[in-house]
Amino acid sequence: MTESAPAGPPAPPFRLSMLIYDRHYRSLTIQVVVFILLMLLVSWIVHNTVLNLARLGKDIDFSFLFNRAGYDIPQQLIPYTSDDTHLRAAMVGLLNTLYVSALGCATATVLGVVAGVLRLSKNWLIARLMTIYVEIFRNIPLLLWILIIYAALTEITPGPREYRGENARELFLGLIAPTNRYTAIPSIVAEHSPGALVIGRIEIPWLAIMGIAFFIAAIVLRRIVNARAQRIQNATGRRPTTWWINLALFVVPPAAMAVFFGLHLEVPELAGFNFKGGINVDNSLVALWLALSLYTGAFIAEIVRAGILAISKGQTEAAYALGLSPGWTMNLVILPQALRVIIPPLISQYLNLIKNSSLAVAVGYMDLRGTLGGTTVNQTGREMEGILLMMAIYLAISLTVSGVMNIYNNRVKLKER
Amino acid sequence: MKTTVFLGAAAVSALIAGAGFAAEGDTLAQVKARGELLCGVNPGLVGFASPDANGNWSGFDISFCKAVAAAVLGDASKVKYIPLTGQTRFTGLASGEVDLLARNSTWTFSRDTDLKLDFIGVNYYDGQGFMVPKSLGVSSAKELDGATICIQTGTTTELNLADYFKANNMTYQPVNIDSNSEGEQQYLAGACDAYTTDASGLAATRAAFANPGDHVILPEIISKEPLGPAVRHGDSNWADIARWTLYALIAAEEYGVTSANIEELAKSSQNPEVQRLLGTTDDLGKMIGLDKDWAKRAIAASGNYGEIFAATIGEQTPIGLARGLNAQWTQGGLMYAMPFR
Repeated sequence: MTESAPAGPPAPPFRLSMLIYDRHYRSLTIQVVVFILLMLLVSWIVHNTVLNLARLGKDIDFSFLFNRAGYDIPQQLIPYTSDDTHLRAAMVGLLNTLYVSALGCATATVLGVVAGVLRLSKNWLIARLMTIYVEIFRNIPLLLWILIIYAALTEITPGPREYRGENARELFLGLIAPTNRYTAIPSIVAEHSPGALVIGRIEIPWLAIMGIAFFIAAIVLRRIVNARAQRIQNATGRRPTTWWINLALFVVPPAAMAVFFGLHLEVPELAGFNFKGGINVDNSLVALWLALSLYTGAFIAEIVRAGILAISKGQTEAAYALGLSPGWTMNLVILPQALRVIIPPLISQYLNLIKNSSLAVAVGYMDLRGTLGGTTVNQTGREMEGILLMMAIYLAISLTVSGVMNIYNNRVKLKER
Repeated sequence: MKTTVFLGAAAVSALIAGAGFAAEGDTLAQVKARGELLCGVNPGLVGFASPDANGNWSGFDISFCKAVAAAVLGDASKVKYIPLTGQTRFTGLASGEVDLLARNSTWTFSRDTDLKLDFIGVNYYDGQGFMVPKSLGVSSAKELDGATICIQTGTTTELNLADYFKANNMTYQPVNIDSNSEGEQQYLAGACDAYTTDASGLAATRAAFANPGDHVILPEIISKEPLGPAVRHGDSNWADIARWTLYALIAAEEYGVTSANIEELAKSSQNPEVQRLLGTTDDLGKMIGLDKDWAKRAIAASGNYGEIFAATIGEQTPIGLARGLNAQWTQGGLMYAMPFR
């Protein structure tokens, strides 16, 4: 530094005190000192952990993952029995975490957007109701909501046995039976089933694959139809009617499938202690899902409201001047612009929801925390390994979600050229 | 320079403070220095460990904590009870949060070895059973196919349940709960058809119900559950103290030493075994780092094993457990204290 100094008084020779008193050096000194202290702290924590584990005679060993788990899990998205390994149990838990998170994110987004838009409504009652919703759910801890909803589901609903006998309860609409354990809903079964795609021990019914394929095809075709309508509109000024094509795209294939394969609803029936046939949706899942959705939805509502308010009033006035209805103004003018403001905080809400789903343990929903971090850790005594693994998995999920959302954000954000 | 010295001092003091986190080897010295025994207990299982309205703990396991405190510290009241759930108990013991775990925990191979615990004996021979409401009309566990069953997570019962249903080719729907009180609530709300845990736990839980008569405990016992207190692996002297305190309580019953006649027997008993136990002749206490009267104080705290059993979970209590396997070996049971000599 001294050599490169321009002409003028020569720089004073370096003295040790300059590290503190010379502002050229001071910030560097502080950074170095803080960095060293930080490293010392980290190494001390690691050293302390290793030392104490060694003193307890414990080593870090992940081989327990390949031992027989020996416990059962209520809700499984992939086949699992108590003979499977702890690793598979952890996978079952991970899928349960992802499942409730995906459900929660979807519902919370819908709830949040609706509540956020309606909170700005000119209708006094609706706006106030939304304010009450947001303030109540935002300001009471999530754990309490989960417990309250779970307790309500358990205490208010009847036991399965009350659907039997002389004074038996009727199924709701003849289809749905809410009980204090689960809600029994009908499942769709085929008379002439085309079987299932078998990958290892996982069976995916061909019907489900076909249904999803038709749905995706319908979305793609709808875009093509709309693009064509747009072209015709641009060329002739007249937009052809497309709604019936679009409707048919989504209705005809399922209807055809239903007729061809003889699809019908299998209504749950009480057999022995519990309902058989149909699908039993656990109360723990419902409680967790509802609580996560309502809680995060309240935060998203505020984010949406802030996003809308960030768009200048002139935009609305301009849209009105062009003769757009309030609905169109919101959908075509305001929301697309508001998205730029909404997306970044929305990402952190999604991440919060995923991490909050680990509160599942409060209602016995077996998510990753319940299997790997709960029973497995308990039965094997591998707390350190279990917790480290769980931290790594949650970190990976969060980073993936935030990576994907960032790509989306880059697509909608204001392009500056 | 001053800053450096200050930071250095801060770092050193942080390191010293950090050393406190470590679970040190000599538990006896720690307990004596603290003047208090940290005892890990069940958060609430009537008869075994439960706090009353004033926060005073009582029960079968609590009496053992008191006996150890009396032996080590000379005062049965110098115990701090730390409630631990089925999930947190072993971590609590391993991390040094408690000195002694007296929380109806089953002695198993992997817990004794891999979890680095030392079970110091068995204070209650138990087995896993099922409780169902009478109105369910079930008289055998074999009829529970398809039932929803409440189960405490992180316990051996969870594994036994899975094995039992598999072996009998039956299915069930588990409802995982974290503590006995939560299980009680779920069971009474009808969220599960049956509740399963150790038979003693079922009896204790049922005794706390408003209408205990409406519930039956099924005859099947599906596992062996030897319940015993545990200490950390690696401190043999502390394990010895806990083990021989338990044997002192059991031996006292065998030789007829009770909390009522203990003072008298200490002076006048001619039985050499009793004399050694109560420290009248030999000084056994010295060999485990305690004084002569350690066993005498332990027995005086809440009586001998039989007295404790009768007062907390015996047939005269609402829990009403018979001695069964837990009778003295002279009475056809399994309670057998090693010789004091």
